[in-house]
Amino acid sequence: MLARLLRSDGVYLFLRSPAAIVAALVAVLVVGGAFAAPWIATSNPYDLASFSLMDGLLPPVWQGGDPRFLLGTDDQGRDMVSSILYGARLSLTIAIMAMVIATVLGVGLGLAAGYFGGRFDAIVMRIADVQLALPAILTALLIDGISRGVLPASMQDDLRVAVLTLAIALSLWVNFARTARASVFVERNKDYVQAAMIMGQHPLRVMLRHILPNILGPLLVIMTVDLASAILLEATLSFLGIGLPADSPSLGTLIRIGMQFLLSGEWWILWVPTLFLVALVVSINVLGDFLRDVFNPRLR
Amino acid sequence: MAYFILKRLVQSVFVMLAVAFLAFSLFRFVGDPISQMTGVETSVQDQDRLREELGLNDPFVVQFYRFTTDMLRGDFGFSYRTRQPVGDMIASRIPATLELGIVALLISLIVGIPSGVYTALRPRGIATQAILMTTLVGVSIPTFVIGIALIFLFGVQLGWLPTFGRGGTVDLGGWTTSFLTVDGWRALILPAITLGVYQLTLTMRLVRAEMMEVMRSDYIRFATARGIPYRSLHYRHALANTMVPVITIIGLQFGGVIAFSIVTESVFQWPGMGLLFLESIRFVDIPVMGVYLVVIAFFFVLVNMAVDLLYLAIDPRLRVKEAA
Repeated sequence: MLARLLRSDGVYLFLRSPAAIVAALVAVLVVGGAFAAPWIATSNPYDLASFSLMDGLLPPVWQGGDPRFLLGTDDQGRDMVSSILYGARLSLTIAIMAMVIATVLGVGLGLAAGYFGGRFDAIVMRIADVQLALPAILTALLIDGISRGVLPASMQDDLRVAVLTLAIALSLWVNFARTARASVFVERNKDYVQAAMIMGQHPLRVMLRHILPNILGPLLVIMTVDLASAILLEATLSFLGIGLPADSPSLGTLIRIGMQFLLSGEWWILWVPTLFLVALVVSINVLGDFLRDVFNPRLR
Repeated sequence: MAYFILKRLVQSVFVMLAVAFLAFSLFRFVGDPISQMTGVETSVQDQDRLREELGLNDPFVVQFYRFTTDMLRGDFGFSYRTRQPVGDMIASRIPATLELGIVALLISLIVGIPSGVYTALRPRGIATQAILMTTLVGVSIPTFVIGIALIFLFGVQLGWLPTFGRGGTVDLGGWTTSFLTVDGWRALILPAITLGVYQLTLTMRLVRAEMMEVMRSDYIRFATARGIPYRSLHYRHALANTMVPVITIIGLQFGGVIAFSIVTESVFQWPGMGLLFLESIRFVDIPVMGVYLVVIAFFFVLVNMAVDLLYLAIDPRLRVKEAA
């Protein structure tokens, strides 16, 4: 199994693409760091007892800061490294959850629409068309706004993460649905699918066991690209102050807080999380480009 | 031709009705309008009387009819937050957003089309590689980070340009414009670049792809054989045929411009519709949210109609088909 994997085209191309290797390294470091945050971070930015105002606004170490705080501290005395790791953890959790929901929803609807066709197909695709005309940010903002009106005030703060995740997921599912549907149209008339259908297998089984494995390639590409979009959407919403409350800062919230220090000299409060976010998104996009080339031999 | 336009008109009316329906459902079902309008001390009887007076007990269809006809007459209701007419609130914000969007779109076209053509004609050049790398980074950097970076560089470090607001504006009978003052232009530069960057990369990549496709076609090869000067070949013969898909995308991109203008306006505190929409979300000001949607949809429909008419102007083949 492993030997086969090592000899595959994907690995061969990967090892010959410096951009992809660097991007993968950055992505693995960031994601690994984010999920290991509780163990590797020196302090917990959510825990008021773990930081002190006395340590506020310390510059990074190379500008004469305190060696305890590698990248300096913000005005509350929170360690920037810890804030970023925890922030990235939150951002990534939301983005990955949103992407998974969007994938399941989109692929499910797309598969069914392509397989059954007819009226169901027409309805799903019309909804997709409408949604495609609305930019993702607008959709997510609207869902967020509606949730504020519908949910009782007492539950709002507890549900912010869930609402944000859902808002992002619902603005990203269309890509998956359209790709899945288009692929099903191609696959449906091939012999292997026809054979499975004639054998009287359940439609669900045909879709999931026979068709789905054959369209995984393009879906994987979209998943990577959409993960980047989801991270950007979350950051943008939080930056706009619509996403998460300020006491549980994600990367976007950190950047918004950092904006307040734009005019004063404390550049690190703004630029450290910003550069972190950009590095993460750029590396995921580079990986997405790479995967697209791998799965599309004509482009090689 | 007339039939074609008529068909598009009917479609547009349906789109507008659908959006109006969405806006109405928002207003009617998200939160209770009555509890928004009255205070805690209003008695239940008074609330019920108000409900009856406003016609909120009428059948759904009747209410929707009244909602749309009110809108057609220019009555958009009142904001929950400021108690002002929503129509006036939005109308006063439209010029800021439109001017920003138009300048951003112009920047993206003026820079995007030539660089797309250039990178297509010299695919192996060093400048091409540099431009392509820049666009890849440009796609990955969120709009608000671009805005912050511009503010930091040109506003804070160099101190050349203002970083928030519209600067000096001139009121032209209800339309406040920043095109007529130096101050207004200076304030416009940074937000417009921020908003234009993403569109720019898209335009450039699209023109490049189309151009490379066209340059391989027979008629270009034939024109080359005829000895037509390269300048004319590239910019008259080839570019003209890339324009139909490019215009389509620009039309679709208008939605993107409007959406990202929300972000840009927030970064630069630009007093446009986007900023108003954000405030209305924060305060659950449903009437403003609904009308914003309707106004945006209206612009969408207008732009798409204009795009369709442009097709006819640009591509003579379509005119022949329509006539036949």
